[in-house]
Amino acid sequence: MQKIISVDKDNLEAIAIGGAVLGSGGGGDPYVGRLMTNQILEKAEPVKVIEVESLNDDELILPIAMMGAPTVMMEKFPSGNEFTQLVSMMEKLMQKKVSAILCIEAGGLNSTIPFVAAAKLGLPIVDGDAMGRAFPELQMVSFTLGGITATPMAMIDDKGNGATFDTISNQWTEKLARALTIQMGGSAMVSLYPVTAKDCKKYLIKNSLSLIHYIGNVVKEHSFNAYQILAKELHGKHLFQARVRDVERTAGEGFTRGVVKLEGIGDFIGRSAKLDFQNEFLIAMEGETVLATTPDLICLFDANTGEPVTTEAMKYGLAVNVLGLPCDPIWRSKEAIDLVGPKYFKYDVEYKPL
Amino acid sequence: MIRIGVDVGGTNTDAVVMQSEKFLGGAKSPTTKDILSGVENAINAALNEAKTESKDVKALIIGTTHFVNAIVQRNKLAKTGLIRICLPSGGSILPFADWPKELVESMNGNFQLVKGGFEMDGSEISKLDKKEIINALDELKKLGCDQIAISSVFATVRGDMEQEAFDIIKENSPNTNISLSKNIGGMGLLERENAALINATLKPLAKEVVESFEELRKKMQFNCSMFFTRNDGTLIQSSEVIELPVLTFACGPTNSMRGAAFLSKEKNALVVDVGGTTTDVGEVKDGFPRQAGTSVTVADVRTNFSMPDVISFGLGGGSIIDIEKPSVGPQSVGHELTNKAKVFGGDVLTASDVAVSYGRCTIGTTQAPEINNKKDIIHLMDQMVEDKVARARTSSEKIPVIAVGGGSVMLDNKIDGLNVIKPPHNDLANAVGAAIAQVSGQVSKVILIDDKLDRESAIKQVTDEATKLAVDRNADPNTINVLAVSDMPLSYLPGNNLLINVTVVGDLKMENK
Repeated sequence: MQKIISVDKDNLEAIAIGGAVLGSGGGGDPYVGRLMTNQILEKAEPVKVIEVESLNDDELILPIAMMGAPTVMMEKFPSGNEFTQLVSMMEKLMQKKVSAILCIEAGGLNSTIPFVAAAKLGLPIVDGDAMGRAFPELQMVSFTLGGITATPMAMIDDKGNGATFDTISNQWTEKLARALTIQMGGSAMVSLYPVTAKDCKKYLIKNSLSLIHYIGNVVKEHSFNAYQILAKELHGKHLFQARVRDVERTAGEGFTRGVVKLEGIGDFIGRSAKLDFQNEFLIAMEGETVLATTPDLICLFDANTGEPVTTEAMKYGLAVNVLGLPCDPIWRSKEAIDLVGPKYFKYDVEYKPL
Repeated sequence: MIRIGVDVGGTNTDAVVMQSEKFLGGAKSPTTKDILSGVENAINAALNEAKTESKDVKALIIGTTHFVNAIVQRNKLAKTGLIRICLPSGGSILPFADWPKELVESMNGNFQLVKGGFEMDGSEISKLDKKEIINALDELKKLGCDQIAISSVFATVRGDMEQEAFDIIKENSPNTNISLSKNIGGMGLLERENAALINATLKPLAKEVVESFEELRKKMQFNCSMFFTRNDGTLIQSSEVIELPVLTFACGPTNSMRGAAFLSKEKNALVVDVGGTTTDVGEVKDGFPRQAGTSVTVADVRTNFSMPDVISFGLGGGSIIDIEKPSVGPQSVGHELTNKAKVFGGDVLTASDVAVSYGRCTIGTTQAPEINNKKDIIHLMDQMVEDKVARARTSSEKIPVIAVGGGSVMLDNKIDGLNVIKPPHNDLANAVGAAIAQVSGQVSKVILIDDKLDRESAIKQVTDEATKLAVDRNADPNTINVLAVSDMPLSYLPGNNLLINVTVVGDLKMENK
């Protein structure tokens, strides 16, 4: 896999596609973030991508993300002034200048949002992230495992309202920030988990940006065969080829829960499987056999076009290829499984590594 | 009640005469450069076959590709400006983002952002400022924009700011031509705004087209209303096409699928439409085409009006065959089939020749050529169709495959294990689809479900709105049917916000003009 060193409009397209794949069906469409970045790149230099090792231990790295409903972002775009304000709020809180931007979630819409900030401020972006995929809650990052706190955190909306958080745990940050997001109209821009390069070096999931760039290019080049190449190159497993037979959704507590029933086609004819999702696909089962569970990635591709498919796009009759990808090893400790494993999402299933 | 359905295609213009459910007659005529004389020829031939006079016809329904062609060819596009009601939000993605540059240039695309718009719960982002709207309009007019499109954040939740801006402009400058995004697209600001822009830039052409069709109607002594067909298989009055031409964009495949379902009397089926160069495969449910997902790209612009989910591929009656490889298409002799194909005395080996040689059908003027590996080639053609049909299927249920279009004679009697039906008049399915079009109403909204409003009441509320819309468009209230309901919770947000979509259809209420 080739390391990406600079991001312009062209390779941002690949990053957006790869980001949608690592979204594991959730995290929103990276397209909006891509358009936002493109608009800035019209008049700005391509974004430099750096390795965290190139920074001195005491330098400050700021993750930038969007929080709230991606569907809202499809309708109400940010003003564009959020990022400069966010960074200056954080610099004030940290009493330090920022050296680089970080992507906290390399899956879904948040795979492209940090590029908006980096392009706008002319800052480099670190090649890596803190999830290696998309997760629904803000404490679900590798930094939490390292004892790094989400706060000081800053949040800002399209109208220019800003807020900062100082909390006792990352779970509390999630709770309070989610509540404020609603008042801000359903989506807000945030900067959280400010880290020194020293801490970042320890807990970063490295090269995720290069990875999604690579995945995006594979999808562009091989369309409906991409899943085969990705399974081979990323040590994943082709779990199923199927048509969606049934989709059930229930909403509440901020997250949609759903079940997709799949009926095998092609090599899988005569077999059936079930996917559980809550924004992201979390569990794949064939009968009583677990095929894959969170934190491993369950990624769906449209069998006709090869494009990544989201949980929101699940509809009767859609033909899909289901790919299981191993999560970053950092997610496989007991502590990590408590944070992001099937039990956390209230499924009575043991995590079984792919 | 007698209706005429017309389909203007790239190669042929088809017309049929129908009396309620009965097929009285139909004809094909080559599409002419001026379009209208081809339409006139087809209608006359169809009336002749149906032994019907124009005075007895109660509705004239036209499906045409005029408008999509104008965008693809960048032809006759009006200078268009957009006012987006969004500030302080919205600046991070400006209008025309991700458009082909030359398309923006060829329509002199300009824009202004102004204060206003709504949050998803219907509260205001900020107040609309009358002065700001007037200034924005002046700016756009200074830049030469003749057509104005207006978009507003969450206009699908509350459309009143777009309407207010419309009223302000009409009050100050009554002759301004305006397209509102809320009338055109669903959720997704950029896609809806894009659809409104495309609509605006097509309006002068739409007026020209509708007027010329109206002239033809009078010339041919039809004393009845004229309609056009919409992308979703329903119809729209000609006066409404002048305002909303974009809604007729993709009516071709829709009409053919609707016609196929009607002719075969199968409400749930797969439809394979084999033309001269390409084949379209889609699915009908309850007589209507299954719609594509949220966004559709038209002429490289992302939009979100509803369009049928169709797989197109390069197999048609005129597909050129390479015996050596062997391979089929995608090059085709197209509308020159009747003089280039071997069975018509020409010298190009086409898919039609192979089908005749293999014994699938008998067409042409001369004997079929000898082809040694005809079995391999026909197998290859069958494979191409089978693969696409398998992909278009949405259930293992044994629904039939309806074969329509001139090239459908080449198809086998079984595809992917499903029975193939070739209904009578299947070469005129497009025009039949136009003739049987109904009236629709579609509404899409985010609604908060709480103690005061449960899910069912919310869906009912949206259904009532959709019904009202259809009745306003002249649907007979007694015939309204709910065609599709979907509700989707908004993810990553507490509370139960549902995105509800409802489409209803009803029969056209007929009145003489």
